[in-house]
Amino acid sequence: MENNSIMNGKKRIKDTILLCLIYISALFAVGLLAGIVIYVFVRGIGAITPSFLTTVQSPSRGTFGILGNIVNTLYIIVVTLIIATPIGIGAAVYLTEYAKPGKIVSLIEFTTQTLSGIPSIIYGLFGMVFFGTVMHLGFSILCGCLTLAVMVLPIIISTTQSSLKTVPLSYRTGALGIGATKWYMIRTVILPSAMPGIVTSVILSIGRIVGESAALLFTAGSAYILPKSLFGHIFNAGGSLTIQMYLSMSKADYTNAFGIALVLICIVLLINFLTKVITQKGTQNR
Amino acid sequence: MADFSAIAGSLTKGFPLEKHKAKSENRDFSIFTKGGGRKSFSEVFMKWVFTVCGLSAVAAVGAITLYMIISGAPAAFKIGLKDMLFNTVWAPSAAEPSYGIAYIILTSVLGTAAAVILGVPIGLLTAVFLSEVAGKKTAAAVKPAVELLAGIPSIVYGLLGLLIINPLMYKLELLIFANSSTHRFTGGANMLAAIIVLAIMILPTVINVSETSIRAVPNDLRAASLALGATKVQTIFKVTIPAAKTGIITAIVLGVGRAVGEAMAIILVSGNSVNAPLPFNSVRFLTTGIVSEMSYSSGLHRQALFTIGLVLFAFIMIINIVINKIIKGGGEGGK
Repeated sequence: MENNSIMNGKKRIKDTILLCLIYISALFAVGLLAGIVIYVFVRGIGAITPSFLTTVQSPSRGTFGILGNIVNTLYIIVVTLIIATPIGIGAAVYLTEYAKPGKIVSLIEFTTQTLSGIPSIIYGLFGMVFFGTVMHLGFSILCGCLTLAVMVLPIIISTTQSSLKTVPLSYRTGALGIGATKWYMIRTVILPSAMPGIVTSVILSIGRIVGESAALLFTAGSAYILPKSLFGHIFNAGGSLTIQMYLSMSKADYTNAFGIALVLICIVLLINFLTKVITQKGTQNR
Repeated sequence: MADFSAIAGSLTKGFPLEKHKAKSENRDFSIFTKGGGRKSFSEVFMKWVFTVCGLSAVAAVGAITLYMIISGAPAAFKIGLKDMLFNTVWAPSAAEPSYGIAYIILTSVLGTAAAVILGVPIGLLTAVFLSEVAGKKTAAAVKPAVELLAGIPSIVYGLLGLLIINPLMYKLELLIFANSSTHRFTGGANMLAAIIVLAIMILPTVINVSETSIRAVPNDLRAASLALGATKVQTIFKVTIPAAKTGIITAIVLGVGRAVGEAMAIILVSGNSVNAPLPFNSVRFLTTGIVSEMSYSSGLHRQALFTIGLVLFAFIMIINIVINKIIKGGGEGGK
C-alpha cells in the first residue's frame, strides 16, 4: 500500500536509525551472553576432568582439584541459608501481617533497600571487623556465612514479602472467620500459600551466595582442605569456588580459572532454570 | 489486638484495585480475634519473634554504619581528613608514608560516570526493544538472556576482561603511543578496560529496571500519541520514555551503585596502581584499593584502607537516599 502521509520521507530516516540502534543494542545484550557462555565453555571444558572435580589441590604433587572448594561452597550455602531464611521470612511476615503502615515500616523498607544496595566489598569489611574481630570468629566459614546472611537478607525479605502480598485477602478472612488465631493462620494458611515465593527467594539467595567473592575474601579465607569433622568445619577457614578462581587468576593459571568459571556458569544456569520452573508452577496454581 | 484493618491496609499498598474495597468496608475486623482478652502465650511470643525479625534489617544497617565509622574514622583523624582527600600520593609503605586518596576517589567517580555513559544508552535501548519493539516470543527469548547476565558472578567478568579486553587494549595502546616516550605501558590493564567491564556489568540492572518502568506506562498515552500521527519511534522517544523517566532514573542510579561498588571484576583488569584517572593509565578504584592491600596491611595503613571503605560507604549511602527520594517522589507524583 502506498504511503501518502505528509510526514513521508522526512522523519523516516531518523526513525530507521533509532530503530536500528534499538535492534543493535538488544543484539549486543544477547550476543554478549552467548559470547560469554560459549567462550567460557570452550576455554573451560578442557580443565574439567574427573580428578579436577574430585580431588583437592596438592602443591607437593602439583595436582589441581576443586573438591575442597566445592565442599566449602556447599557449607557456605547451607549455613548461610539456615541463618538467613528464618529471619528473612519472619521479617516479611512482620511487614505484611503485623506491622501497621507508618514510620517503622518505612524505616524497615528503607533499610532493606539499603542493604540490597551495599556492595559486597563493604559487607566483607564489616564481616571482617564485626564477626571476625569483635565476635572472635577470625577467618572461618561461619564468619563468612554470617556476613553473607546479612547480604542475602534483603533478597529473602523482599521476595517473600511480595509473595505474601499475593495471598488473597479472603484466605485471611476465612481463617480468622472460623476462629483461627493469628499465628495459627500464618502457620497453616499464609505461609503454605506463599511457599513458591519463599522457595524462589531461597534459590535467588543461593545464586547470590555462589557468585560472591569480595565479601568472602576477608571473612571465610581461602583454604581448600576437606572437612575433618562435619560441624567443626564451620570454624575452619574455607575458600569458595569464586575465591579459588580469583587466586588462580592472580597466579595466571587461566586453564583452571576457566574450569571453575564453567562450573560456576553451569550452577547459575541451573539456578535460573529452577527459578523459572517454580515461578511458572506458582502462577499456574493460582 | 489483632489489627486486621492494618493487614488490609498494608495489603492494599501493593494492590491499588483493592483500595476502594478496604475504604468502603471500613469496619473493625479485630473483633474476630479479640477472643475476650484471652491470649495464648504462643500468640504473644510469635508476635515478638516476628517483630524482632522485622527489625533485623534496621539493626544490620545500623551495625554496618557504626562499624564502618568506628574502623574508618581513626585514620582520617590521625592523617587529617584534608591530607587524605586532597593529596594524590598514595605510598603507605614508603619511609615517609603518604596516604592521599584523591586519585583513587577520582578514578572511582570518573570510571563510574564513564561506565554509566557507555552502559545506560545500550541498556535503555534494549529495555525499549524488550517492552515496545519485540514480539512476545522474541522478548521471551531475550529476557532470560538478560537475567542470566545478571547472574554471572563478577569474578567471571573479571576473568573475561583480563583475557579478552586487556589484550585488545594493549594493541590499542601500542597503536596510539607508538611514538610516545613518556607513556608508561600497562600491557592493556588500564582504566578504559575497567570502564568497559563496568559498563557491561551494569547492563542487566539498567535493562530490568527500565523495562519494568516502560511497561508500566499506560497504553492510553501510546494510543493518544499514535492517534495524533506520531510514528512508533517518535512515540517511544517522545512519549513513552519521558513518561517512564522516574523508573529510568532509578535504573541509572542503581547502575551507578553497582559500578561504584564492584571490586572483583575490575581488580585485575584495571592495572591497580595509583595514577591519575586517564583512559590509558593503570588505575586503582576505591574497591580494588581495599582488596589488593588488605591482606598484608597493618597499623595505620590498614586503618587508612578502612577510611577508603568509609568513603565508598558514604557514596553508597548517598546513592541509596537518592533512590529512596526518587521512588517516594514518583509514588506521590503518580497519585
